[in-house]
Amino acid sequence: MYGNDFAPPEDAPGGGLLGEVEAAEAALREAAARARRGGPAPDEDVEAYFTDVINADQKIEPRDWMPEAYRRTLIRQIAQHAHSEIIGMQPEGNWISRAPSLKRKAILLAKVQDEAGHGLYLYAAAETLGISRDELVDLLLDGRQKYSSIFNYPTLTWADVGAIGWLVDGAAIVNQVPLCRCSYGPYARAMIRVCKEESFHQRQGYEILHTLAHGTPAQKAMAQDAVDRWWYPSLAMFGPPDGDSTHSAQSMAWKIKRFSNDELRQRFVDMCVGQAEVLGLTLPDPDLRWNDERQAYDYTQPDYAELMRVIKGDGPCNRERMAHRRKAHADGAWVREAAAAYAAKRAERKEPVAA
Amino acid sequence: MSLDFTLAIGDDALVAAQRLGEWTSRAPEMEEDIALANIALDQLGAARLLLTYAGELEGAGRDEDDLAYLRGDREFRNCLLVELPNGDFGVTMAKLFFLAAYQSPLYTALAGCADERLAAVGAKARKESAYHLDHAALWVKRLGDGTEESHRRMQDAVDEVWPYVHELFAPDPAAPVDPSTLRADFDATVSAVLDEATLTRPETGWAPGGGRDGLHTEHLSYLLAEMQVLHRAHPGASW
Ligand SMILES: [Fe+2]
Ligand SMILES: [Fe+2]
Repeated sequence: MYGNDFAPPEDAPGGGLLGEVEAAEAALREAAARARRGGPAPDEDVEAYFTDVINADQKIEPRDWMPEAYRRTLIRQIAQHAHSEIIGMQPEGNWISRAPSLKRKAILLAKVQDEAGHGLYLYAAAETLGISRDELVDLLLDGRQKYSSIFNYPTLTWADVGAIGWLVDGAAIVNQVPLCRCSYGPYARAMIRVCKEESFHQRQGYEILHTLAHGTPAQKAMAQDAVDRWWYPSLAMFGPPDGDSTHSAQSMAWKIKRFSNDELRQRFVDMCVGQAEVLGLTLPDPDLRWNDERQAYDYTQPDYAELMRVIKGDGPCNRERMAHRRKAHADGAWVREAAAAYAAKRAERKEPVAA
Repeated sequence: MSLDFTLAIGDDALVAAQRLGEWTSRAPEMEEDIALANIALDQLGAARLLLTYAGELEGAGRDEDDLAYLRGDREFRNCLLVELPNGDFGVTMAKLFFLAAYQSPLYTALAGCADERLAAVGAKARKESAYHLDHAALWVKRLGDGTEESHRRMQDAVDEVWPYVHELFAPDPAAPVDPSTLRADFDATVSAVLDEATLTRPETGWAPGGGRDGLHTEHLSYLLAEMQVLHRAHPGASW
């Protein structure tokens, strides 16, 4: 049950991006059909073979040799992505109990549940690189690995649920669609599945805002306020400007990353402008205007100093999000121990029969 | 009366969904977060069908949202069991296990009743309810027969929640399904699972009730205050 029981508005977003996900899926199938070389030739070193697979736009699989740095980069990136899905359940989960209609409650519950599912597939993809989910969860809980800073902002009104769907899931899709073509097979496949669901989330968020923006004056004001607060943090989701980004060049060469932060941010802005117009809401940037020469919108950059502060832990909700996750983990310890003890007892009881 | 009965079981499902939804992002394992959300969604789905139908039976033009958001606690007809706070995971599983052990035979009986609309709800919900029962029963067994700590917590949870089950089976011969006819099935399920879980049923004659008449615990008013706050702040708005 998905809770997707409403007709999408005529102008709903997501169509173009969903098309790109489907194209990536087709490319993945084609690459798999073009028989991959069976392994390095006897006189060829494993590194040359790895480079060859990457250059041929084919996929590296878990059993293949890979440079240690490639493995570490992927583990870090996939884990951060998984942690973001799990922490991201909190800001929207905040509105499940107060959703203003039963239909919206069902859609939101299903959405937050999807995010948990995304976390699970991504942890599973990271596990193929030789690290366990428990280790990754510990890295998150100890603060040694990060999650997306966007989730350190509060959801103050119901319209924030709409703004998160439209802008945050929207930015996530723009970031993730190219990852559907990532050189590491398990990650690319997980991203295809995730992107399809994220595009539903974006539609649902857009639909919430559309309803509010065409509702009572108080509802419209609520929608505008949410867009005002979420616009710049959403732009900041693409990371620091290209000049300051440390990991980009190597990740590009490995085909883990395919576009720069600024290219993706521009793509996101260009996508949102028309959608905001249809919504009848204003993006909070007086300098936003079409640039004919660049064939793109000029826009104001987000406050990267604020992004750095939030990344370092001083956003409005960093402490609260981590405390929530640590408490859930600690409160569940006796339950996980009981499940393990019960399974062990059952295995013991079965053994004599098997023997 | 079909209307009272439909409201009662619809409110059970709605309030159960509201409580289960509180677990989102707080479950002991990620897989369990997903499972609890699934069960909450099933309960919510059944609640929506039942409240919509109750509104039609009433004939006053009220839809599912009017009934969910614009009634006060004295007008809710749910059993007390579902409104009790979640407590720890053991209490939540005790509540879910007893609820599912009641809803499962209820929906099965409903699927064969003369009222077509209720029969359709029963046919859909009984499959979901069978899964809820399996899931909760497995946790009751794991916790009851797990560690010393989990056994103690699970026994405490059963002791705490058990008195509230009696209300579920108050006889109502005029209802589409008389709840008292479900008791034997419920008792058989509960005994088998508690035995396997090395747990015991408390010996107490205390049998709190009143939910079906709109007399609730102190907890329901808070639950509704939270659930209804936004909807009530914008009278007449659509969402
Ligand atoms: Fe997600
Ligand atoms: Fe999402």
